[in-house]
Amino acid sequence: MIQLLWLIPALPLAGFVILALGGARLSRRAAAWIGVGSVGISALLTLALAVAFLRGLPAIPAHIRQVWTWFDVAGLNIGVSFYLDALALTMMAVITGVGFLIHLYSVGYMAHDDGFSRFFAYMNLFVGAMLILVMADNLMLLYLGWEGVGACSYLLIGFWYRDPANGYAARKAFVVTRVGDTAMAVALFLLFDRLGSLQIQELMQRAGAQWGVGTILPTVVALLLLGGAVGKSAQLPLQTWLPDAMAGPTPVSALIHAATMVTAGFYLIARTHLIFELSPLAMSIVAIVGAATLLLAGFSGLCQTDIKRVLAYSTVSQIGYMFLALGVGAWAAATFHFMIHAFFKALLFLAAGAVIHALSGEQDLFKMGGLRRELPLVYLVFLAGAASLSAIPLVTAGFYSKDMIIWEVFASNRGGTLLWAAALAGALLTSIYTFRMFFLCFEGPLRTPVAHKPGWNMSLPLAVLAVLSLVAGFLEIPHSFGGGVQIFSHFIQSALPATQLLPARESNEILCQLASAAAALGGLGLVWWLMLRSPQAGAALTRQPLAMKLSRFWLNGWGFDWLYGLLFERPYIFLAQINRADIVDGCFTLLARFGLALNALAGAAQTGRVRTYAAGLTVGAAAIIAWVVWL
Amino acid sequence: MMLIILIAVPLAGGILAGILGRRNAGAARWISLAALLLDLILALVWLLPVATRPLAPTAGPWLVELRLPWISTLGISFHLAADGLSVVLILLTLLLGLAAVACSWSEIHERTGFFFFNLMWVLAGILGVFTALDLFLFYFFWELMMVPMFFLIILWGHENRVYAAIKFFLFTQIAGLLMLAAIIGLYFIHGQISGNYSFDYSALLGTPLAAGTGMFLMLGFFAAFAVKLPAFPVHVWLPDAHTEAPTAGSVVLAGLLLKTGAYGLLRFVVPLFPEAARAFAPWAMALAVAGIIYGAVLAFSQTDLKRLVAYTSVSHMGFVMLAVFAWNEMALQGALIQIICHGLSTGALFVIVGMLQERMHTRDLRRMGGLWKEVPRLGGFAMFFALASLGLPGLGNFVGEFLILIGVFPQAPLLTVVAAGGLVAASIYSLWIVQQAFHGQARETWRISDLNGREAVTLGVLAAALLWLGLYPQPVIQMARPALAHMRQIQVPHSFPAPESTASLPAAPADPQGEMHAIR
Amino acid sequence: MVTIPFSHGLLLAAALFLLGVICVLTRRNIIFMLLGLEIMLNAAGLAFVVAGARWGQPDGQIMFLIVLAMAAAEVSVGLALVLEWYHRMHSLDVDQASRLRG
Repeated sequence: MIQLLWLIPALPLAGFVILALGGARLSRRAAAWIGVGSVGISALLTLALAVAFLRGLPAIPAHIRQVWTWFDVAGLNIGVSFYLDALALTMMAVITGVGFLIHLYSVGYMAHDDGFSRFFAYMNLFVGAMLILVMADNLMLLYLGWEGVGACSYLLIGFWYRDPANGYAARKAFVVTRVGDTAMAVALFLLFDRLGSLQIQELMQRAGAQWGVGTILPTVVALLLLGGAVGKSAQLPLQTWLPDAMAGPTPVSALIHAATMVTAGFYLIARTHLIFELSPLAMSIVAIVGAATLLLAGFSGLCQTDIKRVLAYSTVSQIGYMFLALGVGAWAAATFHFMIHAFFKALLFLAAGAVIHALSGEQDLFKMGGLRRELPLVYLVFLAGAASLSAIPLVTAGFYSKDMIIWEVFASNRGGTLLWAAALAGALLTSIYTFRMFFLCFEGPLRTPVAHKPGWNMSLPLAVLAVLSLVAGFLEIPHSFGGGVQIFSHFIQSALPATQLLPARESNEILCQLASAAAALGGLGLVWWLMLRSPQAGAALTRQPLAMKLSRFWLNGWGFDWLYGLLFERPYIFLAQINRADIVDGCFTLLARFGLALNALAGAAQTGRVRTYAAGLTVGAAAIIAWVVWL
Repeated sequence: MMLIILIAVPLAGGILAGILGRRNAGAARWISLAALLLDLILALVWLLPVATRPLAPTAGPWLVELRLPWISTLGISFHLAADGLSVVLILLTLLLGLAAVACSWSEIHERTGFFFFNLMWVLAGILGVFTALDLFLFYFFWELMMVPMFFLIILWGHENRVYAAIKFFLFTQIAGLLMLAAIIGLYFIHGQISGNYSFDYSALLGTPLAAGTGMFLMLGFFAAFAVKLPAFPVHVWLPDAHTEAPTAGSVVLAGLLLKTGAYGLLRFVVPLFPEAARAFAPWAMALAVAGIIYGAVLAFSQTDLKRLVAYTSVSHMGFVMLAVFAWNEMALQGALIQIICHGLSTGALFVIVGMLQERMHTRDLRRMGGLWKEVPRLGGFAMFFALASLGLPGLGNFVGEFLILIGVFPQAPLLTVVAAGGLVAASIYSLWIVQQAFHGQARETWRISDLNGREAVTLGVLAAALLWLGLYPQPVIQMARPALAHMRQIQVPHSFPAPESTASLPAAPADPQGEMHAIR
Repeated sequence: MVTIPFSHGLLLAAALFLLGVICVLTRRNIIFMLLGLEIMLNAAGLAFVVAGARWGQPDGQIMFLIVLAMAAAEVSVGLALVLEWYHRMHSLDVDQASRLRG
């Protein structure tokens, strides 16, 4: 079974090739079958693979399968080879599983689009590249997947290419992430220079053997890798591209900008966790970046009017949780949250897509409302997703994953009370912006008529994901609940180390859980009171001048776009524009001018009069004679 | 003998095309196509098996060699030879030559025969440059490829062609003369030291030179190759020449002529003047990095699509120069891959611009936009090559750039980081092309046709080659490995004055292996 | 026999040469310029003769004969050119022949 590992990314890639070459000649039906089918078979294969893998555990925690040698130059031997362990398997399961559901959903969502087969071609390419990213055995191949998903993200954000704004968003996404990618590339150069390999497991071994804890090299490498990670995962300071990336079709947002690609940063750090563990400084920076991002994005999420932008900021914020967890060494918690987040965020995006689809493309929250009766299924699944995102205690999966993070941030030896407080505040914010969105969308009067109801191919993925968003959390139930269940962390600990908890804090687990439950419920209660119970109070609050200013500030994402525009974008364009004619060319033209001027000067002597020439001859001859005679 | 035939076939094809093309334009096209195809097949049949065969470790560097006496009194011989590096470049030349013929199929209507004559002679000159081992002969081919190129630009170019052609000619000619001076200087110095006056590459290798003299001579060679490459401050002829040349001219310029500069740096500058090159390396690398960034920034601001693509060449070839002066195996292999892939991707972009110009009669980006709807297949190819040009992994350019950077990093970490910044700039201009030409709203109403079969095949072959090099470049790496290893061995530091260092050099003409190949 | 001092002869030659130069440089009529040239040639010839007399060598006279022959040839070619030129320009003003002006 493990032999067939290569088929899993190969199938979607083959789907891409067929769709790209077939182009418009393929019927919609055929395109849908190829696009969805290839990912579906991959998902089934992954399932079969998972069974085989679990059977081999704990004796064989990892498998390596080389397909061919990519290149082999001067000691740099890079194979197209795949590495399968618990972490990779989790990622693969999410990518193919959620990916399949989103593909299925897209058949309905994109049914009337001109670029139907182009859409599925790009989506298949994305799934293939993402699978390569998570299955790569070496950093070079990982980088291939990494850039590949970036390119697909670009292609899909700008999918509706007619609108220049979409093109701008797409290019922004690509360029901003590429800044991070370049940092990551430099990390690769440094790693190869110092450790002589790019094969991940070898690197980890050699790094552990050659580099001391807290020395400068692992810190530099870790920070450069972090640069790549924050770019891809839209964390501070490179978070600005993700909200704009919502210009793409909604299934794209669900698949790429919620469930899979944006978590690549988390994956990279988890994959190279040994290097990060060598550098306490880098770990703290990861945690701080995560905490700062989750708060920042949380506040921004409060003020958005576009339903997809709320979700985008919530994605940024939830990935902030993952980074926070990584930073405190809570590897299993971060992975668990990644998985649960993929379920509920894909669900929320798809449900939002169903709403947008139903309202003929309306994305403004303030033009929605009253959809509870019109779209009962969407209402229910959206509620499930929102509850899971807000981590409503006990009944949602989001509670178990987020609680695990908050608790471990508090109790880990790398954690701290301040980070914990940030995480808790983030939980409160999450709950507030989530239910604000939910109430705006489904409660109140109907503001826009419903045009389409979702068909079966849209409803089925919604239902499946809703169930997953609620029950997947039972894979991991905390100790304080009568011993609990630790299926997931046992599984993932075959690849990632367990969290180092401070013994002194371990007894406080139940208190910590109560606090996070209170944050989630408190946020829900607050929104309910301000929006449904006494709307006047809510309205009064939003009319405060301070609130209005803050809201405008947060709506624009804390002014980061403005700042980067001022610091990088505009100077670059300015420099390029003023130098369009190429100043160096001007220098050479100057040389040519100089030649012409000399020519004019010499030409002036050529009067065309014989007598002038004769005079010149005479004077010259006289001068020569004088020189000969007297000198 | 096969090397002579390889060069003679395009020469003869060119003459035939020129003569028959006076009556019948179609004949000129078909003859050129047939000649190049024949040449490509010959190269594949003759050179590829030799180049891929595992080499005996004691063998000399040359896979095929041919030496005929020419002007013996001056020590000039007709010396052609090819190693793995040359073979790869010969194949690239013929492939892009075919693309050039294909893309001028319907573009050239006037004096078709003479056009193909010039095109074929440029290609023959380039083949000669890639194989000549006698410096005099090398210079001969160097000039041979330039003159027809001048005619291609000045006769079949666009609006501002006379200016561009003369600029091109002046820059390359002046730099070429500097090289000629350096060649003659080296000839006399070597002759005085050894008593053997010879223009032969293998004889001249390892000539002991005083530091100052070596630097002067090296700079003479460097000037010629830096202008051709083009390196940063002397790149200014390139945007004009590229922009004004007919499509085939741009393809050959970008895809091949620039590569002769890179080849010259690899084959001559560093091996002939190892110490001077080492002393000069920091400056050259700084220039290279400046070119990478400068070209990328300028490319972004252009409004003429062809000019934009031209500036990307400055950026991409900067990587090659960076690699050559780092002179380690990783970087050199990267440089070779980059040379090939830049030829393919930029050549393809020029072909695309040519197709657009043929249909729209403009290259102005400000007038394009929204073309995807009209020409989705052309748009798809443009997207593909733009992504290749920005260095997307999985396509060849990435392998080249990555190997170069990873190879240069240990020697110049800071410069590498700056050069890596060029990757960001590359993504800005590449995506800008796609956005301005194919995405967005149509600014004017265009009714243009999508790719026909000939065009699709041309672009398809180039795309497939890039994909192959991106996913499995190992055959090329394998082929070039012995050649690069030999070149790197030459650079064994020798003390000055080195008495018998010339005798022990690998490229001895008496090498039985080489003779054997020459006979076969 | 009274001998004329060598320096007097040379001075005369120089004076004649100078007069010839002034004639060439100042006259605009091309005929007079040719006359000036003739005077200069003859001045040079005189200098040769004087020098020949000073050292008692025949070379001076021989050179003078050559100068004479050359002057004759020059005048014939020059006058032919002048004639042709006059047909085209209808003028003898040499300043009008300025098409080589740079």
